[in-house]
Amino acid sequence: MKKTMQKPILAVGPFHPLQEEMEFFQLTVDGEIVTDIDVRISYNHRGIEKLSETLQYDQIPYLVSRICGICSASHPLAYIQAVEEIAGVEIPERARYVRTIINELERIHSHLLWVGLGGHFIGYDTVFMWAWKYREPVLDLLEEITGNRNNYGNVRVGGCREDIPDEIIPKILKELDVIEQKTEMLTKAILDDPVLHARLKGVGVLSKKDAVAYAVTGPTARGSGIKIDVRHDDPYAAYGDLDWNVISQTEGDVFAKAVVRLLETFESIKMVKESLNKLPKGPVAIEVKEIPPGEGCGHVEAPRGETFHYVRSDGGNRPIRHKVRAPSYVNVPSFKASCIGQHLADVTLTLAAVDPCYSCTERLAVIDGHNNVIHDYEALLRMSREKTARIRKEIGAPEFKLEDA
Amino acid sequence: MQQEELKNRLSEVKDKLIGIEETTERRIYLLCEAENAYAVNKFLFKELSLRFVIVTGIDSDDCFEILYHFSNDESGCFVTVKAFIRDRENPAIESITPFVPAAEWIERELHDILGIDFMNHPNLRRLILADDWPDGVYPLRKEVKK
Repeated sequence: MKKTMQKPILAVGPFHPLQEEMEFFQLTVDGEIVTDIDVRISYNHRGIEKLSETLQYDQIPYLVSRICGICSASHPLAYIQAVEEIAGVEIPERARYVRTIINELERIHSHLLWVGLGGHFIGYDTVFMWAWKYREPVLDLLEEITGNRNNYGNVRVGGCREDIPDEIIPKILKELDVIEQKTEMLTKAILDDPVLHARLKGVGVLSKKDAVAYAVTGPTARGSGIKIDVRHDDPYAAYGDLDWNVISQTEGDVFAKAVVRLLETFESIKMVKESLNKLPKGPVAIEVKEIPPGEGCGHVEAPRGETFHYVRSDGGNRPIRHKVRAPSYVNVPSFKASCIGQHLADVTLTLAAVDPCYSCTERLAVIDGHNNVIHDYEALLRMSREKTARIRKEIGAPEFKLEDA
Repeated sequence: MQQEELKNRLSEVKDKLIGIEETTERRIYLLCEAENAYAVNKFLFKELSLRFVIVTGIDSDDCFEILYHFSNDESGCFVTVKAFIRDRENPAIESITPFVPAAEWIERELHDILGIDFMNHPNLRRLILADDWPDGVYPLRKEVKK
C-alpha cells in the first residue's frame, strides 16, 4: 500500500507571504480513520543557511527575519543572541526591554491569528473575524515603533535599531487596555462555549510521552504538560526581571493548546505593560566592531516554540556556519503521533493546533490505496465544519448562526 | 536537573570524549569521535532525559563536524555533542533516530545537503532536495559555489 504513495500528487501551490514552509501531507485512511501520515516538505527551500554564509553579520538579521513573516522578531533575536554570545557583548538595559516589548507584541498578534484560524477551521468564522480585527491594532503599534507591520528588523548586534519614543508609551498602554478587554471577551466566548468543549476536547491528543519523543516545543509542549519556556528556562532580554507565569495544561488535546495560547496572550499583554512602565533610560545600542572566532547558540521563545540558531565565526566578517531551526520543524512531525487513529474530520484541526504556518494545511490531501485524491482541502474543511454543526445539534445549542450575532 | 548535577552526570561519559569545552556558563560542548557519538547521545537523551533540539552539520577543513544540540531546560543549559567524522570520502555516522524520533527529519536533511550517511536510519529518503537533483552534489559543502 505504501508503495503507491511515494510520489506526491499535488503540484506546488502559490507562494504565500505568511508561510515558513510548504508541506504536503499524505494520509492513509481506513474508512473515516487515519491510519498513517506521510509528510513532504521543502517545496520552497530557500537555502537561507547557505545564503547566510555569504552575508556580513549586520546583514543577516534582515535575511533571517524573512524566514517567517509572523516570527520576524524571534529569528533575528535568536541569531543576534548567538553572535552576542560569541562576542561576549553586554547590551544596554533599555535595549533588553525594547526587545522584550517587540517580541511580546509579536506573540500577541501571532496567538490572535491562530485563534482566528482555529475558529475558521471548525466553521466559527465570527471568531476568525473578531480575532483578526483585534490583532490589527497590535500590528499598528509594531508599525509605529519599528516602521513595519512585519519584518521589523529591529535588533542588531549590540542592541536595537529603533528606540521606543517615550511620547508614544501612553498611547501604547491605552491601546493595550483595549486589546486586553477585547481578548478577554473573545476568550470567555470561546472557553464558555459548550459546543467548543465538545468539539475540541479529546481531539488530536499528543501524550506527554510522545511530546518528549518528538521533542516538541512551545504551546504544543505546554499543552501536553511539559512546562518548558525559553523565556523562563534561559532568560534573555528582560524576561528575568518581569513578573509572569508559564502557562501549561496537561490534556494534550486541541482544547488544551487553545487554552495555553489564549492565556499566554494575557501574560504577554501583562509583560508589555510592565516593560513599558519600567523602561530604563539610556541608549538602545552599543557599537560592536568585530566578531572574534568562536561559536554560539541563541534561542528564543517564538510564538510557536523555541527558535534555535547556531553561529560559528572564524574571526572574519561573515559566519562560516549558521544553523537555523524553526519550531515547526520539530512540532510538525508530531502529527505522526497525534493524527493516527483520528477521524478525518478532526485532521485539519489537529494539524492546525500546533500552529504550523498557514500554508501547511493547504497542502492537505487524502489518498486511498489506489493513489487517487479522494478528499481535497476544501472537502476536509467542510467535514470539520459539519462535525461542529452535528455536535451543536446533539447538545441542543441554539439554532442561530454565530455569524448573525 | 540543576547545573551542578548536570556537570557531575556528564563526567560519567568522560572516557568516550576527547574534550569538554564550556564557552559560557550555560553552554557545554562535548567533543568526541564519530564512532562514540551514538553512545554519548543515547546517554544524554535516555539517561539524562535532555531535550533534543537539533543537529548541525559543518563542512570543516579536514573533517565533517556533526553537532547534536540538547537542552537541559531546568537550568537553561545547552549540551552540544560535537562529533568529528574524519573520513571525508565516505562520511558516515550512526543514526540516532531509532531512539530519538525527532531526529528523523534533520538526519535526512543532512544526508541530502552534506552527504553524510546516517547508518541504520529507518527512512533515509530525500527531504530537502528535489527528486531530479543530481546524485553526489551536496549543496552545503564548501566546494559548492554560493
